[in-house]
Amino acid sequence: MRKRFLLPCLLLLSVASVVLALAFGSVTIRWPELWAVINGAGGLNRSLVLNLRLPRAASAFATGGLLALAGALMQVLLRNPLADPYILGISGGAAVGALLSMLAGAGGAWLTGSAFGGALLSMLLVFTLAHGHGSWTPSRLLLTGVVCAAGWGAVISFILAISPDAQLRGMLFWLMGDLSHADDPWPGLMVLALGVVACLPLARNLNVLARGELQASALGVAIAPLRWQVYLIASLLTAVAVTLAGSVGFIGLIVPHLLRLAIGNDQRLLLPAAVLLGGSLLTVADTLARTVAAPQQLPVGVITALLGVPVFLYLLQRSHR
Amino acid sequence: MPTPLTTNDLAVSIAGKRVCRGLNLAIERGQCWGILGRNGIGKTTLLHTLAGLHAPDAGAIHLEEQPLNHLPRRHIAQSIGVLFQHSEDPFPSTVLETALIGRHPYLKAWDWESEEDRTLARQALAAVRMDGMAFRQTGTLSGGERQRLAIATLLTQDPQLLLLDEPANHLDLHHQITLLDLLVRQTRERGKALLMIGHDLNLTARYCDHVLMLFGDGETMQGKLSQILTEENLTRLYGHPIQCFAVGGKRVFVPE
Repeated sequence: MRKRFLLPCLLLLSVASVVLALAFGSVTIRWPELWAVINGAGGLNRSLVLNLRLPRAASAFATGGLLALAGALMQVLLRNPLADPYILGISGGAAVGALLSMLAGAGGAWLTGSAFGGALLSMLLVFTLAHGHGSWTPSRLLLTGVVCAAGWGAVISFILAISPDAQLRGMLFWLMGDLSHADDPWPGLMVLALGVVACLPLARNLNVLARGELQASALGVAIAPLRWQVYLIASLLTAVAVTLAGSVGFIGLIVPHLLRLAIGNDQRLLLPAAVLLGGSLLTVADTLARTVAAPQQLPVGVITALLGVPVFLYLLQRSHR
Repeated sequence: MPTPLTTNDLAVSIAGKRVCRGLNLAIERGQCWGILGRNGIGKTTLLHTLAGLHAPDAGAIHLEEQPLNHLPRRHIAQSIGVLFQHSEDPFPSTVLETALIGRHPYLKAWDWESEEDRTLARQALAAVRMDGMAFRQTGTLSGGERQRLAIATLLTQDPQLLLLDEPANHLDLHHQITLLDLLVRQTRERGKALLMIGHDLNLTARYCDHVLMLFGDGETMQGKLSQILTEENLTRLYGHPIQCFAVGGKRVFVPE
């Protein structure tokens, strides 16, 4: 029963989170006013809601959805419930790209482009190194990714150390995950939609893959192409998310976990549910980031970590009873 | 009807060690084969090779007279079922969900399991006496219950050729007998074929009609159980003196 109502409930939650994001901010817009804007009323509220808050809420939703979906895929690929979208160093590559372009004083499309380029570079590097002579075990992939991530971390520290003070604040915000420059949600939303469409036909194969590669192979799954597809999809989703919002922690780790506790590990439900829940959570977190210390804005990554850590520890405690 | 599984001049090795060479097997319908050999001699590797999960060095394997390495995995999985020595479940899952993955080879990408598939899974769980545990989490099962669940998954898959890697592992004596009774009876009555690796010579003598012995360095011996399973061969196979006694009309093997 719980399973049947899950997706409709999460859909409602998604709509509610976006409405919340439209209503709250440095100026609170009350429900009648918001309703009037939705029905076509003009004025200052209209430009505030439609030009500022809606693109940002949509970006937050897309980023959250991308991260949660990528996290769920990585966890099955590595058969490790601790995996998150960043575990293979994709965010590190993106961060190095982004920081270098900030250091060079370039912004806008340069920053986005170099972050995406860094993510792709990191993805190819890990894939090529882990592939080696054809053997491609999850532990080898995991180790390669973790070591590459550590390497990127060192490069990031180096860039931060030599950067002038004036640019440090922007860099730190980017590293912590920040949606204040995410004003074009369309690329993210499109990639998210494509990602869901690409994953759903693989979902039952992933259910079997979760039980080990030998077992999956014996039950008719062609392992090598599946592994490759999942790695590629998850990496691209992560690269787009990191490009949109920097590295936002915890969404990709915690959302699949929450859902597994509620409905088990059937990827056919888990993957679409992760998109909706991840999107909603990041939209709410970003609304908090805009309002908690208003007029100052916090990086949304701080909010997700502050909320994510206690929730995760609570769930972990409860699940052992 | 075509022979379920044949090998021609099969050579298999793992980590530079020869498991078999020039092996010609013909597993016919209704036959139960036992694979015997010392630890680390390559029994599991050979079983995986026969299932298409490990590439042979040379020779060919034919599944119902079609070359195994040209068949899609999905097609192979509709004919060959494997019981592995170890099962992995890093994520939570219920007993019924686990048994249901046996239907995977028969479902298309967008299909969900039908009521018929669920009935098959429930019947399989009933056959291993786990019908009362359908919604238990697999993480809470004992070793023996896990093994019974793995057998139920195999029954749900319902393959023509069953490759069993130590099926009696973790099972108590009662379940060893009832479950092997069930698998062997199905094999004989429904014209399937079965290969099992095991270390219990008495179970092998009780259930198998053919035996394949792996001596190491590629040397093998195969044939009817009554001709092959002798004190002399077994003593050589295990490098340990083994005696055979007749108890109540059955042959019983005892190590010295």
